[in-house]
Amino acid sequence: MNIIYFLIGCSILLALIFLAAFFWASRTGQNDDTYTPSVRMLFDDELPADKTDIKSDEDHT
Amino acid sequence: MLAQKTIALETQCYHCGDELPKSPYVLDNKHFCCLGCQGVYQLLSSHDLSNYYAYNDVPGQTQKNGAQHFEYLDEAGIAANLLDYSDERVSVITFYIPAIHCSSCIWLLEHLHKIKPTILQSRIDFLKKQVVVTYKNQELSLRQLVETLSSIGYEPLISLQDVVKEQKSNHSERNLITKIAVAGFCFGNVMLLSFPDYFGITNLDQDFKSFFGWMNLAFSVPVVFYSGRDYFISAWNNLKNGILNLDFPLALGITVMFIRSIVEIVGNTGAGFVDTLCGLVFFLLVGKWMQQHTYHHLSFERDYRSYFPVAVTLMEKGRERPIPLNELSVGDRILIRSNEIIPADAILLKGDAEMDFSFVTGESLPVKRVLGEVVYAGGRQLSGALELEVVKPVSQSYLTQLWNNEAFFGEKNRIRTFSDRASKYFSIVLLSIAFAAAGFWFFKGDTAKAVASFTAVLIIACPCALALSSPFTLAAVLSIFDKNKFYLKNTAVVEELARINTYVFDKTGTITNPEATGFSFEGKLSDTEKQLVNDLARNSGHPLSRELVKWLNRPALYPVKKYMEKVGRGITGTVNGNTLKLGSASFLGLESKTNAPGAVVHIIINEQYRGFFCAQQQWRSGFKDLIFKLGKDADLHLLSGDQDQDKQTLVPFFPRAQQMHFKQSPQNKLDYIVNLQASGRKVLMFGDGLNDAGALKQSDLGIAVTDNINNFSPGCDAILDGANFHKIPQFIQQAKDGVKVIHMSFAISLTYNALGLYFAVQGMLSPLIAAVLMPISTVTIILFTSIAARLYARKNNLL
Repeated sequence: MNIIYFLIGCSILLALIFLAAFFWASRTGQNDDTYTPSVRMLFDDELPADKTDIKSDEDHT
Repeated sequence: MLAQKTIALETQCYHCGDELPKSPYVLDNKHFCCLGCQGVYQLLSSHDLSNYYAYNDVPGQTQKNGAQHFEYLDEAGIAANLLDYSDERVSVITFYIPAIHCSSCIWLLEHLHKIKPTILQSRIDFLKKQVVVTYKNQELSLRQLVETLSSIGYEPLISLQDVVKEQKSNHSERNLITKIAVAGFCFGNVMLLSFPDYFGITNLDQDFKSFFGWMNLAFSVPVVFYSGRDYFISAWNNLKNGILNLDFPLALGITVMFIRSIVEIVGNTGAGFVDTLCGLVFFLLVGKWMQQHTYHHLSFERDYRSYFPVAVTLMEKGRERPIPLNELSVGDRILIRSNEIIPADAILLKGDAEMDFSFVTGESLPVKRVLGEVVYAGGRQLSGALELEVVKPVSQSYLTQLWNNEAFFGEKNRIRTFSDRASKYFSIVLLSIAFAAAGFWFFKGDTAKAVASFTAVLIIACPCALALSSPFTLAAVLSIFDKNKFYLKNTAVVEELARINTYVFDKTGTITNPEATGFSFEGKLSDTEKQLVNDLARNSGHPLSRELVKWLNRPALYPVKKYMEKVGRGITGTVNGNTLKLGSASFLGLESKTNAPGAVVHIIINEQYRGFFCAQQQWRSGFKDLIFKLGKDADLHLLSGDQDQDKQTLVPFFPRAQQMHFKQSPQNKLDYIVNLQASGRKVLMFGDGLNDAGALKQSDLGIAVTDNINNFSPGCDAILDGANFHKIPQFIQQAKDGVKVIHMSFAISLTYNALGLYFAVQGMLSPLIAAVLMPISTVTIILFTSIAARLYARKNNLL
């Protein structure tokens, strides 16, 4: 049963890591704006520049 | 569907969605209402930013309002005040941009580097309408940056009161969330470690039992000394001032639980109450967080400074020089360009003054001033440039001196909330029961039981559910109001709203709708002639012309030739072969022969005087109903800064004529509220302009009624969208119902307390009962308050 000491130690350590991660997120301001990132991630990436299209055409010939 | 959309797009500007003029500007097959909108489109498409138009239809803002001047940003002193950070290479600045409203705005403002490669990064905070820009200060000046933003239609609001900086200094919310995280973390782990004991694993090793106990105790230390710290501080401060509020029994409960847990665990006599303790602090903090809910996009504390610019152009020996506003002194000559605000009371020396005082009075129709007249601070110049001589310092002007009134210092003296009053009696009763129980067992000779019952009473009666009743109910009411575009500053305002028995209204802009002006016509005009007037007025950007066109409500028919506009005075032109003149009496060379109320537009067709249009205010929709409902059980008053021309039309609404007051100065309004309050009334003030600011601040509850919620909010407690003005009786009813819900949930939580006390006074409270009772009562209260508040909202037609 002594394994319980080890298991509890592990579980608390894990929980502490999550708590620390939350502190870090909060301190770096990641929870300050909970709306804008949800819009930002929906934007399309920049279209590849025209040059790449030409390249792919060259491959065909 | 597709065809419909094409048609729809052709009648509105591709950039801003405004109606297209007769001859729109066309570029790349796209129609624009003005050169400004076309310019923005051109700039964006030349920088490969056309995606701006892909995310939303017509994402832009109209560019008709003309350009601003930003020369003052070249002054090092002014710029340094605005920057967040600056070194020799980069600078960081946060702008507040009111125009931010859709996802296109986010996209464009985060791609600023495509327009100016020297902008390193721009991050937008949508809800706060703020952008943080990092740029290379060697290659781009602050002025160029602001001008770039302005050129794409996102002009930052740079005002004397820095809204951005004030918000930044507020870190208390982040602090509270950290405390909740710690409490939640400890609560979870303690529950885990306490379960074996509750499930009665009796053959559990004694070693394990004491190990779990010590672990629990370790977890409770940060909860008590970090998360729960504020309760001790608050209870102690209140006790010093002789106030017993709910924090006192809470702090007492936490202390007793902590000490008894130490004694039991160290002495190995029991499991202690650590789980109850952690749960209590966690739930309490969550309740506190609910109560602190804030609106990031609104500010309730703006004063005149947030409408005034940071700098003004000084005329010095014929030279123009921008100076910070706080260096402006009496006797200075200042230059005010079109669209700028007059920062201090000044005498008009040169130019045609046509002032828009909508910031001040809520009245959007412009007012004229002649040379030599004093122009009050706060007006926005509409036509050409002006030269003025300052006669009063900025802080001592007609309007701004109001802020020196004592009403603006210190917090409002809030009447104590229901839970404040109730908790006083609660604390006294609780202490009496605890001592009575202890005394009873003591005289019976059972000292151990006396101590046990005394501590048990304080633990079980710890008013967790009680403390959560108010925040959860009020937060629910707040979010219901929020959905109806009625924004309250904090939860205490709800209870205040339920107590109001006197309503005071401002007239212009509050009960009248600034957007809709009606006209009456004196004289004779045939239908075709009305068409001519309509076609001519369509060309003018003057507010009166625009209102007139809206009121005539006809499509454009004839083109206008020889169009001439004297800004702010009148317009002339030839329409379908007829010469038309519209404008003020002096412009048309008439003697001022009317004393009609409101603004007047005279008409001359083919050199013949045909009469005049007279602008009339229109009441907001539902005003009649509203007054009738409110008037049934409360007093109604009207305070207006205007002449009393509308008195007759208002008599049916305000039956007692002595409660209507006209020609009131801002100070008069404030004093009137003070008098009402002195006679023991709870006053609610509806206002909208800077001239109401004093009254709004002084009243028990000040509500700013506005059509653009980001526009105006002087020291008020609540902001109401003008479109929902007619819902006020429902809001009041909902606030009263909210207070009712609080009373009911108090009764429920007291029942739980009584149940626990039954065990406690007998000195047989087991940790298990406490650990079960506390969360159950808490969950009951949370569910009951949110459900009841929503049911009442449905009854009041607010959901």
